[in-house]
Amino acid sequence: MTRRAAARTLTYLSLVLASLVVLLPLGVVVLTSLKTDEELADDSGALTLPDDPLNFHNYVTAFQDGRMLAAFGHTAFILLFSVGGTVLIGSMTAYAIDRFTFRFRKLVVALFLLAALVPGVTTQVATFQIVNSLGMFDTLWAPIALYMGTDIVSIYIFLQFVRSIPVSLDESARLDGANAFTVYRKIIFPLLKPAIATVVIVKGITVYNDFYIPFLYMPSQDLGVISTSLFRFKGPFGAHWETISAGAVLVILPTLIVFLALQKYIYNGFMKGATR
Amino acid sequence: MADTTEKPAVGHPGARPVPGDAPVPAPAPRRARFWRRLTPWLFLAAPLALLIAFTYAPIVNMVAFSFTDWDGVSPELHYTGTENYTELFTRSDLFEVFFVSGYYLAASAVQIVAALYFATILSFNVRFRNFFKGVLFFPYLINGVAIGFVFLYFFQDGGTLDSVLALFGHHSDHAWLGTPASANTSLAGVSVWRYLGLNFVLFLGAIQSIPGELYEASELDGANRWHQFRHIILPGIKPVLTLTVILSVSGSLSAFEIPYIMTGGATGTETFVIQTVKLAFQFNKTGLASAAAVVLLLIILAVTWLQRRLVPDDRVDLV
Repeated sequence: MTRRAAARTLTYLSLVLASLVVLLPLGVVVLTSLKTDEELADDSGALTLPDDPLNFHNYVTAFQDGRMLAAFGHTAFILLFSVGGTVLIGSMTAYAIDRFTFRFRKLVVALFLLAALVPGVTTQVATFQIVNSLGMFDTLWAPIALYMGTDIVSIYIFLQFVRSIPVSLDESARLDGANAFTVYRKIIFPLLKPAIATVVIVKGITVYNDFYIPFLYMPSQDLGVISTSLFRFKGPFGAHWETISAGAVLVILPTLIVFLALQKYIYNGFMKGATR
Repeated sequence: MADTTEKPAVGHPGARPVPGDAPVPAPAPRRARFWRRLTPWLFLAAPLALLIAFTYAPIVNMVAFSFTDWDGVSPELHYTGTENYTELFTRSDLFEVFFVSGYYLAASAVQIVAALYFATILSFNVRFRNFFKGVLFFPYLINGVAIGFVFLYFFQDGGTLDSVLALFGHHSDHAWLGTPASANTSLAGVSVWRYLGLNFVLFLGAIQSIPGELYEASELDGANRWHQFRHIILPGIKPVLTLTVILSVSGSLSAFEIPYIMTGGATGTETFVIQTVKLAFQFNKTGLASAAAVVLLLIILAVTWLQRRLVPDDRVDLV
């Protein structure tokens, strides 16, 4: 019995320790974001509480001087189009592959399967030239096109789901005179709602957090998304940790809210996305 | 695109033959058949165009560039044979990045073991389970740049880590990001902090899909927790475990965000991808960078292939 109790204590101890390791770096940044630069300079250490816990001055600075409003706008724009596009493209592909038999079907499937193995980071050297030649370099359309065009995982998720919709539904609609497009729009697409939710969440979080693609393809200062705008804090705010911290908290906060609200879907989504 | 030859037909709306247009009934089924054949391609046109433009065309181009001395801008380029590849493997400063990957590989081993541990204990009855699960997973969702800044402050002189150590009476003025070994260890540690949550949730999901009767039966047979882990959990999560190993290997080789944001590749923390990006976009050595990218791609494909060979995955027959 005592051995059991000891084991339980150790279990909880390790969990509490792990939680501290996760939360402490984040908590300290929240504390720092509420301090004034004098407080930071007086060498009292990172763990002290701010004198005024309601000092939101740094947030105002970060939001205005860091151009966070424009950044959130750009991110929202990219999110809307790339997530919408991913849903359309993924569901259309899944519908075509699962519901039709056509020549080269195997080849098409193999092309999508093989593409899933190619990590995006490796091909950017050459992708850059293509984006450039399409005239999309340094526009918001570059990340939108890339996010839409290189997402094989959501095609997988849709494919699994389309397969679970009984073909008899399509057939009865066909008998009523619906064509393929109507079947897709009126029957398949509405039934895909759970898969759409998964893809929207996973894709949305990935796009919101992505740094690499906007960094490479939108170097101009006026086209900052939240990742690149926050990254640019490094220059002007150099050693102003209170402003940088406020910027980081501003970026993390929406993620935290979404996570708390949609926990279950998020776990499921990332599980499906990774194990495809 | 495969449907270019059939494009003119798109102008005609509706698949049904117009009455009076065809005096003989024979052409009608032919036309309908043509439309039936065309339909899947109409759905696939946009996805395939994107797939080819942004995945296959770059790969083909990249392989082609890798045999040239192109600088990425000038119209002039020369075929140089395998020179880029020779340079890549003989210039020690270019080759060094692979040693940096070693830190991340070691870190992923730690990460997998820790994720397995937490997934196992949280699959049993634990109080505040959802809280702990959420806390462990949340870092995976955080923006990489924000994580970079959080940990720059963490490792700062007089920052979070130094302050915590001071609480325990250990006053150090060690510059955590100051030497290559210390900096790489710190950065790899940040990667563990960031990615542990995904592995953990994957393992937890796999463990929870193991039928509960198995545990009950084993308890009747007198099995303890370790026996249960060894003989029930471990075999049950094997597919997810191998998948995680693959993801970790390719993730370690293509580490970019954390080191780039935190140190920019300074003090010996340059990774393969940072080096490639610098070669391509700072030093305009598109040819050499392409060769590097081809090598990375081949390594990752080889690792994936190896995994598929070693562990025949029954989910591959998806399509």
